[in-house]
Amino acid sequence: MSSHVYHDETEFAPPAEVAEVELYHPHSFIGKYVWSQDAKVIAIQYAFTAIGIGLVALVLSWVMRLQLAFPSRFAFIDPSNYLQFVSMHGMIMVIYLLTALFLGGFGNYLIPLMVGARDMVFPYVNMLSFWVYLLAVLLLVASFFVPGGATGAGWTLYPPQAILDGTPGAHGGIILMLVSLSVFIIGFTMGGLNYVVTVLQARTRGMTMMRLPLTIWGIFMATVLALLAFPALFVSCIMMILDLTLGTSFFMPALVSKGQQLPYSGGNPLLFQHLFWFFGHPEVYIVALPAFGIVSDLISTHARKNIFGYRMMVWAILVIGGLSFVVWAHHMYVSGMNPYFGFFFATTTLLIAIPTALKVYNWVLTLWRGNIHFTVPMLFAIGFIFTFVNGGLTGLFLGNVVVDLPLSDTMFVVAHFHMVMAIAPIMVVFGAIYHWYPKITGRMLDDTLGKIHFWITFVGSYAIYYPMHYLGFMGVPRRYYAISGTNFIPESAQSLNVAISLAAFVVGAAQIVFLYNLAVSYFRGRPAGPNPWNATTLEWQTPHTPPRHGNFGKELPAVYRWPYDYGVPGLDTDFIPQNVPPSQVAAEAWTKAPAATEG
Amino acid sequence: MTIGMVLLSALMGAIVIWLFRQTINVQPWEAQAAIPAVDAGAVASTPAKTALWVFLGVASSLFALFISAYAMRLSFQDWTPLPNPPLLMVNTAVLVGASLAMQWTVHAARRAEAARVRRGLAASGLLTLAFLAGQLVVWRQLHAAGYFVTASAATAFFYLLTAVHGVHVLGGLVAWARAGLRAWRGSEPGAVRLGVELCATYWHYLLGVWAVLYALLVSNDLGLAICSSAASF
Repeated sequence: MSSHVYHDETEFAPPAEVAEVELYHPHSFIGKYVWSQDAKVIAIQYAFTAIGIGLVALVLSWVMRLQLAFPSRFAFIDPSNYLQFVSMHGMIMVIYLLTALFLGGFGNYLIPLMVGARDMVFPYVNMLSFWVYLLAVLLLVASFFVPGGATGAGWTLYPPQAILDGTPGAHGGIILMLVSLSVFIIGFTMGGLNYVVTVLQARTRGMTMMRLPLTIWGIFMATVLALLAFPALFVSCIMMILDLTLGTSFFMPALVSKGQQLPYSGGNPLLFQHLFWFFGHPEVYIVALPAFGIVSDLISTHARKNIFGYRMMVWAILVIGGLSFVVWAHHMYVSGMNPYFGFFFATTTLLIAIPTALKVYNWVLTLWRGNIHFTVPMLFAIGFIFTFVNGGLTGLFLGNVVVDLPLSDTMFVVAHFHMVMAIAPIMVVFGAIYHWYPKITGRMLDDTLGKIHFWITFVGSYAIYYPMHYLGFMGVPRRYYAISGTNFIPESAQSLNVAISLAAFVVGAAQIVFLYNLAVSYFRGRPAGPNPWNATTLEWQTPHTPPRHGNFGKELPAVYRWPYDYGVPGLDTDFIPQNVPPSQVAAEAWTKAPAATEG
Repeated sequence: MTIGMVLLSALMGAIVIWLFRQTINVQPWEAQAAIPAVDAGAVASTPAKTALWVFLGVASSLFALFISAYAMRLSFQDWTPLPNPPLLMVNTAVLVGASLAMQWTVHAARRAEAARVRRGLAASGLLTLAFLAGQLVVWRQLHAAGYFVTASAATAFFYLLTAVHGVHVLGGLVAWARAGLRAWRGSEPGAVRLGVELCATYWHYLLGVWAVLYALLVSNDLGLAICSSAASF
């Protein structure tokens, strides 16, 4: 870098925005913080709602673990409650927490700042998106309180059992669940249009697609996936609502329930499974791709080294996204499908390992000989690599039909998807919060509390999920309220369950440290300054911290370089922000260069 | 599900080509000396147009999945076809008229002829409302002939697919009302033109979707021929 001298550049090129955004100017507290059209405020609203409902799901998981460790000790957990807790825990965590937090939370906060825009392109629609999401969450919460309670059909909501007598919440809860999902999808589509169009249309001058931080690439591709995949869930929700309310037979075959012939006939329950997983598998990557992107930026920034293979990373994100649409039936190996199709889906499933492994290698190669700072965000990023590789490897097991058949419906599957889809993304969520909290609030989170939080969460997660794989191998089934009278499960499985539950309580309780840190640091944290991590991306170059409405003050920044100019030799700092023109860098290198090079 | 897969593969293919053009011959790690000024006229698209195309992608995914579901069900042995209400042909013609009127309005808006824009918008709006009314009449006719929503899988899908299409048309009428408001208030021609152009794109798209749905709904042979490959999953 320093060896280049540029002669032909203009000293300062004021950015010519594609179109000056008409910003909404709030006049009151309510206009600013409640009915806000500022993407940053909407992001915080999304994040608070998502984390709030996520804590509910965390408590549900505690209750489930109580039952598994101490069967039938607690009167308030009966079999149907247990199924309700399982179902709602899964649904909340996957959709209402992770999807909403990554796209609605981080997407809203980071997209305009990182691409150099004043706001999302449609701020009003963006505001609606949050309120519709909140409505979906309220409908979901309401389902706990209707007669019969929330649905207990499992988060996959398979018919016919989801809407038959005998399944908890088969009349009230399931309707609210389906309506809530439909509302969520409508709200998400509003937000998703914003994220995609902002990335495509509102980038500042010089910000080509190939200069976007990988965070934005991850969120962008995940949004595209979500926009194309959520319709499948929408279709299945609408058709199941019709089966339930009008009595159509889209999914419901002719059947006898409690001695009564039901009026349904000719429906196809497998159709629901196809539709559900056509959404459900891309959903895994809707959560994973933003995590991939964010973790790339965390690793590069905190290892002071440019990301290894930027273009390969972008292509890997795309290939993973594309492949995720042709693997859905690997969730249905036990549904009695044609073995040739099983073979097809096993092949596509294993193919995904290639781009995913490329990404993992690139992260590790970025760390290789980097100047690694073990900051809290970096710890979480490295923790992500471990947990993700772990969960990914068991995914290779389960992707094979012959291995999946005996393991399906055992605790092995639970351990696999929690490792890859719960722990790994939540590691990134934590890392990202520790990384961007200084920009959002202007204050640093406490380092010691952060490290305590990390180590308990990381080690504790292994304490929970590692033994669970063994339970699965023994054949301990999942979703069961209690197990008795089985010969193949040894007594020791129960002690293992107790140990897992204890670990789960500790990890759950450790999140209080995190929440405490968030709250206290907001008032008492060390002032962060504009760029505490010496990062290159545009959100750290704003004139104000936290960034004000409109993000960049009077003029939008112009971008001259990619976001990974770390570890640059011959300068005062070891990084060059994206908006620093080469002339400035060359001039600085010139004054620093040893005299010998002049001759 | 094959249909859904084919559509999504096509969309993904388009994204691959686009990304290929972004990445070929690009060295992202090289800094740029100067940033060329952006010519305002050179901007290919506006956010609203891009957003509409993205939304059409979402809607296509939705319709493709509904059609996939229809295709899977169609291949079952117990499928009992519906009679073909002749009114559907009239409705289709009306929708074609609405689309043509929209296109005519676009031409008027490009020449900034305010009076013609208003006439064109009024005509297309009325034709669209007539289409929706016609669809309701078809529903009533089928209902009167004993084909309730629950009568058979074919009726259920008929009501479902026409309803989903109708709701999209209704949503289009909201955009149409906003464009009309601009035209009647005499907003500046650029804004009127953008609104009309967006409406026209959406109207043509919904006409295309309706053509596919109509063909599938009234002709089981055609439907089966198209969908036979989808049956096996």
